[in-house]
Amino acid sequence: MNFDPRYSTRSFASVGTRPIRPDGVDKVTGRARYGADFNMAGQLVGRVLRSPHAHATIRKIDTSKAEKLAGVKAVITAADLPDLTDGDAAMYDILDNCMARKKALYDGHAVAAVAAVDARTARQALKLIEVDYEVLPHVVDVDEAMKHTAPLLNDAIFTEGLEEKPTRPSNITKRTQFGHGDIHEGFGQADFVVERSFKTEQTHQGYIEPHACVASVSSDGTADLWVCTQGHFVYRQHCAQLLGMEASKLRVTSSEIGGGFGGKTHVWAEPVALALSRKAGRPVKLVMTRDEVFRASGPTSATSIDVRIGARKDGTITAAEATLRYSCGPYAGMWAEIGAMTAFACYRLENVRTVGYEVLVNRPKTAAYRAPSAPMAAFAVESAVDELAKEIGMDPVEFRIRNAAQEGTRSSYGPVYGPIGIGPTLEAAKNHPHMKVPLGKNQGRGMACGFWFNFGGQTCTDLNIGMDGSVSLAVGTVDVGGSRASLSLVAAEELGIAYEQVKAVVADTSSLGYNDMTDGSRGTFSSSMATISAARNAIKILRERAAQMWDIPVDDVVWEKGHTIAKGEKYGNLAALSLREIAAASGKTGGPIAGHSELVADGAGVSFATHICDIEVDPETGATRVLRYTVVQDAGKAVHPTYVEGQYQGGAAQGIGWALNEEYIYGKDGRLQNPGFLDYRIPVCSDLPMIDTQILEIPNPNHPYGVRGVGETSIVPPLAAIANAVSNAAGVRMTHIPMSPPRILAAIVAERGG
Amino acid sequence: MAGVAVSTTINGDNVEYLCQPDETLLDVLRDRLGLTGSKEGCGTGDCGACSIILDDRLVCSCLVLGAEAEGRRVETIEGMAHGDTLHPLQQKFLEHAALQCGICTPGFLIAAKDLLAKNPDPTEEEIRFGLAGNLCRCTGYDKIVRAVQDAASAMKGA
Repeated sequence: MNFDPRYSTRSFASVGTRPIRPDGVDKVTGRARYGADFNMAGQLVGRVLRSPHAHATIRKIDTSKAEKLAGVKAVITAADLPDLTDGDAAMYDILDNCMARKKALYDGHAVAAVAAVDARTARQALKLIEVDYEVLPHVVDVDEAMKHTAPLLNDAIFTEGLEEKPTRPSNITKRTQFGHGDIHEGFGQADFVVERSFKTEQTHQGYIEPHACVASVSSDGTADLWVCTQGHFVYRQHCAQLLGMEASKLRVTSSEIGGGFGGKTHVWAEPVALALSRKAGRPVKLVMTRDEVFRASGPTSATSIDVRIGARKDGTITAAEATLRYSCGPYAGMWAEIGAMTAFACYRLENVRTVGYEVLVNRPKTAAYRAPSAPMAAFAVESAVDELAKEIGMDPVEFRIRNAAQEGTRSSYGPVYGPIGIGPTLEAAKNHPHMKVPLGKNQGRGMACGFWFNFGGQTCTDLNIGMDGSVSLAVGTVDVGGSRASLSLVAAEELGIAYEQVKAVVADTSSLGYNDMTDGSRGTFSSSMATISAARNAIKILRERAAQMWDIPVDDVVWEKGHTIAKGEKYGNLAALSLREIAAASGKTGGPIAGHSELVADGAGVSFATHICDIEVDPETGATRVLRYTVVQDAGKAVHPTYVEGQYQGGAAQGIGWALNEEYIYGKDGRLQNPGFLDYRIPVCSDLPMIDTQILEIPNPNHPYGVRGVGETSIVPPLAAIANAVSNAAGVRMTHIPMSPPRILAAIVAERGG
Repeated sequence: MAGVAVSTTINGDNVEYLCQPDETLLDVLRDRLGLTGSKEGCGTGDCGACSIILDDRLVCSCLVLGAEAEGRRVETIEGMAHGDTLHPLQQKFLEHAALQCGICTPGFLIAAKDLLAKNPDPTEEEIRFGLAGNLCRCTGYDKIVRAVQDAASAMKGA
């Protein structure tokens, strides 16, 4: 299908309004069904046995006693998930993470699983499984893991990306480098240089809904999987490959999802549930406990970053470089690479170089977390930028405006920017009333910028017009935060009908073509593009049907505001036909009317934001309070502004938790000390102020309505904005996230000279 | 293990069930009675997604045993609307987009209902502390607080 995605200026009737979401009533009445809310007849309870060791060779697993326990219907180990990955290293890592094969690589790594008639029996069965471990030395710290003396997680890893292949294995899987110009020359031109090292601790996405699924494998080789996921088509592919099934034989239905933020883009328990069901011959429900969610799913990288930036007296940055080390858990990742790409993306730089190192540690496999890897890089860079502005004696906003990337700037990671929002968000922040609110004692103001690429990807959408003229929109991108509302608005806009006339659903994997998962802030961007394309295809058919009803050439029929109109004076007496009228006649004019779209949504416009916050620090305890918080971000075009605001506020709140409180704490034994919401404390209602938002709309030239993804960028600036505010309030530069009270107090005491 | 026979009132209806002595009320509601509106986010009383009202007291149903409901009154999210008329809090949550993923929403609505029953005119700070036992990871709480403020006004006017 020919589809022109280019933006053209237009006025909107539906897009930009704020109707109630179509899935709303079910969610406020408790009717909406999430991962754990689904049951099947005869279903068993699945449970997973996890390694208590950070690093251990699995010598032997004896499941015989568990198998004999009354009520146990299946026990599986890695032997029940044979390696079918055929040399695909990434898939092998997924398989090994789902069920440890030779070694347990972190506290919480799955080693066996059972399916039993009830939860109590399943728990008892786990206790009867005997695992013979040989405990090995472990390493959880990213800097420690890079040392030659560190315990090796995988002796087949030789660092990629070096000029020569190293002679010995290490925990560094890969080195990547980005940039342009000559940084030595650039630093030579600098009057001021700031050089700092930073650390950030590991955090979890913290979705309130634990991973949950129900798997049912039939003896004919077909299977159903009900699961909370950000990408049911990707889950189908991964599960089918790991279990040796044809993808079309496995139907995956995505439940309502209780938060994901990147954490539900990876399979963990699903292949295990399918393997249990296959062995037991019955459906199996597998729901993680919160402890398992923390120990075995999720987390983002812990990082260690060095930054050096130089500038002239006039405030022009002459050179910038960063070295970024990101923990990946026990398997290769590209987390430092993404950090290295995003680090300086906000700025117009002649000379820039970033180097990333991917580092294996005995922690859970790193998963994407909202703009993955960008917040830590922004923390380091934006802290140094603030410090440099201070040394030069410039206002931090003015300094950033002077160096901000513009249309035509070659980005630090390669591409040349089109129209972008970094300058406008900075100008809006500069002029925001927040900047003029007076600060009191022990209070500080900080600001910072953030960038995220955004993603498009493979997208397939069906738009079916019922005989009554109502519209069913079937999309394949999971709705993580209101996208059914925004996509209904887009369908209504394009067709020229009322929002209420459209019903959007997320279709299962057997009902629609392949869709990439909802990641990269792509849900509304890409599915709205596919919806527009599908609607335009439907309109073409509607025009043909009207032409047939009128018996005139289709070229003389145009579509306007939900009606066909016969163009030209000779048709003066033909009354416009509404979508309802054409739909009602469809049985006699050629059958059902539908528009389909299959496309790769290229051209996701990059996204920028600027955040401002005020923090009060208690110098006696190191405790902090967030007084005010403002988010300014470019949305391209806000389809449903209320949910755009929600994305801005939610990202900011997660960033506040990360900056001030959240961290994985490991004991000397390599075990996670705080796998629960009591000790891993995410922000609660009384921790936060209202979060002010300002939506800017700089149209994305590669989307018909100018839409950009909005979901992720809002978590990029907070770490740095808060660090700058705390540093200003406490009078000491904070370099370690989270800035928990003990860390702030220690920094204040050290600054005072002990 | 022998089951415990329990007779209780749930959302105004008399309900009888058998449960295990170590079974939580949340598991009874979800797994035995099909009332899956109450959610399990943690199982340790830290997230509030399983909030219910037990004899006028807001509790985490994951910290109550099913057997403890004997002779008491249980209110869950499923009993909040009257027929097809939403409770003002439910309506205001929709209007303010006070939910994104929605998994915490039933718990927040129950906690907010309990808050407004005890304090019909709360300040922003009272709302924030009143709802501090419920975790939301999506919204940053801004729109939740506004929805509760708006519902309080609407309920006073009613």
